Amino acid sequence: MLQVLYIFIPMLAAILVPFLYRSIKNIHTGWFVLAVPATLVVIYASYITQVAKGEIFTGELPWIPSLDISIVSYLDGLSLLFSLLITGIGSLVVLYSIFYLDKHKEKLHNFYVYLLLFMSAMLGVVQSDHLITLYFFWELTSISSFLLIGYWYNRDASRFGALKSMMITVGGGLMMLGGFVLLYLMGGTYSIRELIVMAPNLVDQPLFTWSLVLILLGAFTKSAQFPFYIWLPDAMEAPTPVSAYLHSATMVKAGIYLVARFTPIFAASELWVWLVTGVGILTLFWGSFFAVKQTDLKGILAFSTVSQLGLIMSLLGASAVAFHSNDSIDTIKFAAFAAIFHLINHATFKGSLFMIAGIIDHETGTRDIRKLGGLMSIMPISFTVAAIGSLSMAGLPPFNGFLSKEMFLTAMLSLQKFELFGFDTWGTLFPIVAWVASIFTFIYSFYFVFRTFNGNYKPEKLPHKPHEAPIGMLISPILLAVLVVLIFFIPNFIGDTFVKPAVQAIQPFLYDTPQDIDIHVVAWHGINPELLMTIGIIIIGVLLFVALPNWQGMYQRLPKAFTLNNAYDKIMQGLDVGLNRLSRIYMTGSMRHYLLYMFSGIVVIVIGSLVVKNAFSLSFQDTAPIRPYEIILVIVLLIGTAITVLAKSRLTAIIGLGSVGYTVALFFVIFNAPDLALTQLVIETISVALFLLAFYHLPKLGKREERMRFQLNRAVISIAVGVMVTLVALSAHSQKLIPSISKYYEETVYSLAGGGNIVNVILVDYRGFDTLFEITVLGIAGMAILAMIKLRMNRKEKSHENK
Amino acid sequence: MKTNDVIIQFTAKIVFFIIFFFSIHIFLAGHYTPGGGFVGGLLTSSAIVLLVLAFDINTVRHILPINYTYLTAIGLLLALATAAFPMFMGKPFFTHYFNYFDLPLLGKQSLHTAMLFDSGVYLVVVGVTMTIIQTIGEDE
Repeated sequence: MLQVLYIFIPMLAAILVPFLYRSIKNIHTGWFVLAVPATLVVIYASYITQVAKGEIFTGELPWIPSLDISIVSYLDGLSLLFSLLITGIGSLVVLYSIFYLDKHKEKLHNFYVYLLLFMSAMLGVVQSDHLITLYFFWELTSISSFLLIGYWYNRDASRFGALKSMMITVGGGLMMLGGFVLLYLMGGTYSIRELIVMAPNLVDQPLFTWSLVLILLGAFTKSAQFPFYIWLPDAMEAPTPVSAYLHSATMVKAGIYLVARFTPIFAASELWVWLVTGVGILTLFWGSFFAVKQTDLKGILAFSTVSQLGLIMSLLGASAVAFHSNDSIDTIKFAAFAAIFHLINHATFKGSLFMIAGIIDHETGTRDIRKLGGLMSIMPISFTVAAIGSLSMAGLPPFNGFLSKEMFLTAMLSLQKFELFGFDTWGTLFPIVAWVASIFTFIYSFYFVFRTFNGNYKPEKLPHKPHEAPIGMLISPILLAVLVVLIFFIPNFIGDTFVKPAVQAIQPFLYDTPQDIDIHVVAWHGINPELLMTIGIIIIGVLLFVALPNWQGMYQRLPKAFTLNNAYDKIMQGLDVGLNRLSRIYMTGSMRHYLLYMFSGIVVIVIGSLVVKNAFSLSFQDTAPIRPYEIILVIVLLIGTAITVLAKSRLTAIIGLGSVGYTVALFFVIFNAPDLALTQLVIETISVALFLLAFYHLPKLGKREERMRFQLNRAVISIAVGVMVTLVALSAHSQKLIPSISKYYEETVYSLAGGGNIVNVILVDYRGFDTLFEITVLGIAGMAILAMIKLRMNRKEKSHENK
Repeated sequence: MKTNDVIIQFTAKIVFFIIFFFSIHIFLAGHYTPGGGFVGGLLTSSAIVLLVLAFDINTVRHILPINYTYLTAIGLLLALATAAFPMFMGKPFFTHYFNYFDLPLLGKQSLHTAMLFDSGVYLVVVGVTMTIIQTIGEDE
């Protein structure tokens, strides 16, 4: 229970943010916000020792008990690691943002509300055990990401990027929901834990493959895998703290989390192994290859993130192989460990690099790498941090990236030894692609840091005169850089505390407790293929980096028409134009047309179902005799209707309509329905008054309209509506399939509801929900009319001003 | 344009109160005899409409300085709060309570939470009807 509440602490704190922002102007709102993730880090850190021993903590809060949906917080090694990343990096990012966002110029209340919303959503994603709540939180992260990317909403690029990310990630999320539902159909439960237990029975089911593909679509769109990565570079329009937080450290890793979490369920499938490993390695290559093309600092980092996510994804795919070959390949067991280890390392070095990119943007006013250069002597601290981050990203010692990169190569090399699924022939490709991609990774890492800090200083191209960033802004990147170095020296502490419990969650069939995982990380393991590959990467990488000006131009030769971005733009544009045209066909703006659609639609549906269900029947049993009163009223009714339709002036038509309404009220009186009669009378009175008011403003019926042409289709539809109502009324009277509910009302109205007037008790008690919605609709309608008329008046006033 | 509407103005002043009190009666009696918040609200509105017809919108606004949009909002909140209140007591949404009390002067009477909900309905109906009539009527 309490554990579930932790998830919602940021969301609850978000309620206070606007008030703090309004009332306390002197202190940057970020300082208050900082307390939230900082507290949560401490809370989650208190779980570490027990979770490292293999314990699992759960908390449950019923949400919709009737549908068996509850919010379950499930803290095992994997969830705890992600929760610590979310809150830990979150604290650093909030601290950084305090200095990045000016408290006088920026709309801080919006920013921090979105950020806290995201934090809750992300914690929910990684802790939910229930598939439906997982989906709910998943889409919430997409929405908060949308809001954060579009934070500077007056920029076109921000809005474009926000929409693009939303379209792609929410689209993938919907696919994932489909996959979840299929899983539920197969397993009969929404709980991931229970599904994992019954995983061996699921493999042979026909829906299994569909569910696998759909869930992977969700993971791939969210984690920016090929070909869905295109939203991530455009998401760089967000403020840099957001890029560092959502688009490198946490949200984009939700897909990784999902794949890791579902590995025990799907790993038995060949398709899973191929898709996850293949897409991952392709993304790794694609991202690193195109990172060198970018000229925007954050663009380089975005493509590098895409590439690194691909690396982790391919490792998770390789970890699934371990399910099929328990002992035959000893080294494949490194895959899952390397995936989680690299995930931690990536969060540290990429976070610091994003913050440095933000600092450079903040201090020089540009992120264009062509204008930058020679900042090393001006910003020495930023340079040091950037160098540490970049070298770690390139996979050099003594930084943490080296360790996980070596393990990655080990895992990729061992893939070719795997004999199932055609890996014995195609498996050789993996280490080769991984190696080539690592060379490009090396190049863009050097490109990022040396083009910015080395080379010629070009002050004339910079909008601001650069100087070192304020110390507050440097704290977070420095802390992350320290971690980058520290992890290199204590990898086994990190491994035992964080990585192994998470690995055990990914491979529960292989290990009973985290202690069973016998992996010991060492920086030096003799001269082996991995080390030789790394040396090759360094040599070729340096050569290619030096020669970069000679070959970077080739990127410009790539045809633009075949890019994925172009495809996205074309699809969106096509949808926009096509759907617009489609709706223009029937949205004519004429009320008469709309009424025609509605009435013909109702007639088709009702008469159609009457015919299909063979529901029409006619019986005149139990009917009251027709008395002279009713005949007179019907005649009056007919005359009133005729007057309304044929009247030449509006006033006459209104009076005709009013007479119809009052006659109906008299019918109610005759049939002993005083409530209805009363309501009908008053409604009629007020609507006549309203019509008079409204028609007062309308132009006089023109000569052309005075004689409305007789229109056959309208006559047909009018008659059809009349026939339909008559048929339904007769059929409803003629057959009673179920006993009337009025008996129940009669019996219980006094005992249960303490009332005497059934009609009113139905309104306020039995069917109070209906009434609540009705008055809400009524309220909305009233506000709509108010808005419509007032807005029109305002526009008129403005146009007067313009004259 | 000067119109001779002394009679209707004089009558309206009296009839307004008759309709208004009748609407309150109908509203309160709703649980046992014909009536209720919806009809009551409509009747109240029609009483105000009568004033609008007899005088004009600005005069009526001067006599009854009510912001009808606020009235709508208050009504909606009241209805929602009545419906939601049982949730805090661990009961399902929309549980109604009633009991019988001996009130001074009035004798034994029943009091319902449904009445509170109905008051919400009453306020929304008056609020919306008058909002519509006022905005359309003002739009010259």
